[in-house]
Amino acid sequence: MFKELEKSVIVFSGLALICGFAYPLSMYAIGESAFAPEVKGSLVYEGKTPIASTLIAQNFTQPQYFHPRPSAAGADGYDGASSSGSNLGYTSQKLHDAVKERVEAYRSENNLSATQKVPMDAVTTSGSGLDPHITVANATIQAKRIAAARGVKESKMIEAIHKNVQKPYWGIIGEEKVNVTTLNLTLDREFGKVKI
Amino acid sequence: MSHGVIQTFSSYVELTTIEGVKQTLAMGPVASQESIKMLGTNGGGFFNVNSAHPFENPNELTNFIQIFSIFLIPIALLFAYGKFAGNRREGIAIFGAMALLFALTLSATYYAESQGNAMLTQLGVEAGPSMEGKEVRFALGASSLFATVTTAASCGAVNAMHDSFSPLAGGVLMLQMMVGEVIFGGVGAGFYGMMIYALLSMFMIGLMVGKTPMYLGKKIEAYEIKAVIIALLLPSAAILGFSAIAANCADGLAGLNNAGPHGLGEILYAYTSAAANNGSAFAGLTANTPFYDVTLAIAMFIGRFGVIIPMIAIAASMSNKKTYALSSGSVRSDNMTFTIFLAFTVLILGALTFLPALTFTAIAEHVLMLSGKLF
Repeated sequence: MFKELEKSVIVFSGLALICGFAYPLSMYAIGESAFAPEVKGSLVYEGKTPIASTLIAQNFTQPQYFHPRPSAAGADGYDGASSSGSNLGYTSQKLHDAVKERVEAYRSENNLSATQKVPMDAVTTSGSGLDPHITVANATIQAKRIAAARGVKESKMIEAIHKNVQKPYWGIIGEEKVNVTTLNLTLDREFGKVKI
Repeated sequence: MSHGVIQTFSSYVELTTIEGVKQTLAMGPVASQESIKMLGTNGGGFFNVNSAHPFENPNELTNFIQIFSIFLIPIALLFAYGKFAGNRREGIAIFGAMALLFALTLSATYYAESQGNAMLTQLGVEAGPSMEGKEVRFALGASSLFATVTTAASCGAVNAMHDSFSPLAGGVLMLQMMVGEVIFGGVGAGFYGMMIYALLSMFMIGLMVGKTPMYLGKKIEAYEIKAVIIALLLPSAAILGFSAIAANCADGLAGLNNAGPHGLGEILYAYTSAAANNGSAFAGLTANTPFYDVTLAIAMFIGRFGVIIPMIAIAASMSNKKTYALSSGSVRSDNMTFTIFLAFTVLILGALTFLPALTFTAIAEHVLMLSGKLF
């Protein structure tokens, strides 16, 4: 009896040491040495201060930037510490009202006619609330507004979008999409920041 | 890690965004947790939104690896079983039944999701699958696949919000958990769940052709069938009973995020997921209240041990029995006929038990959606 107890205590503490400490620490060491920027959250720095993570959406509201998808993360959205979707079902009145409002806002922002169809991803919240991507169609519609706000040609914007399109892996796995955060960083780099 | 899953012990990162707003990013040793969560079909995510979070599942490739890891061990176990049983085809027959069911549920989920939400289209949104609760990088295909896999196995990790799935897709996901997650299932758990149906299938075949039912050369008798029925009924009773209680008391209704049939669906999904030990959720339901904590825990307990104990009893009684050699007249369990029969047993039993409940949630919501009713 005591022998069995002794055995199970040894196995338990041994496994706890391996799985609880040795394994995460060795993963940590591998990550730090081989993939340092990625394991720290793919952060982008301006000087020494982090300004963005290329994997996390930020709230862009100004006209000279591409806008990400709406967010239900945290009270004001885009809260990196409280990821969340809206969890509203198909027949939800709340969802219906929110989308209606967003469709109107999107049309007026981008100077669209009242009948033009709006991309699905532009008016629905993502699963995490931190989805950094938008569809190419969504970006293309926004290009005109950004070009006007920055005083450059729309074709330049379209070019910038196409340079930033991420293709599916090996042509099959995944979707064609644009990362809003990196795209906006590219804009600031190529065309300069717009003074507000 | 090379794709951007974080693995760090540093504190939360505070950053000032490009537009000058403060943003806090949660950090932690995610990468080492991630593979455990998937391989062990555990499914508890590091972040609130689980594998929808860009730090947990940054792109389609990591997504693919995660889906692969969920199924890896459950499928490997089937082949291990074939080896133990001394006939590889026994394992393959069960694999076949599971694969057949999985193909059915995956196509149903994908189709239901691809139809989109007609009511959003009327508001001037482009027609197409609804993106509410989905990430652009996963969109329709990867989200449906992940959802089907995670509820087929008892994983429960999610990469899109199941609560915002179309009514019918949500119903399919629930049905998969209701039949006991026998479509590949959790590590070990899916297999013993499928054994229930395998024994029951053999029993029914035996009755139909008028032979003593046998599985692997062992007679199936009253004792085994009783245990099988207990294992089938207890989780079902837990799911339906507790859902009924929750839907009829104020404590249960307080946590709802959606009204109408979808609200009832949230409750049903919660107990199904708990009893089947899945762990995914129609996450709109606020389940962190004393009422839900206690009832979900009981449902989980019944759903788990109500199956494990009868199965151990069966295993013990079967192993003490005399093994008969297969003759040309005996019903075989390693061929196509058995595979198909097994798949239908799962479908029919699952459907019979849960169709009424699903009618009031998924199917009612679907019909009301088509008629344009909002809640």
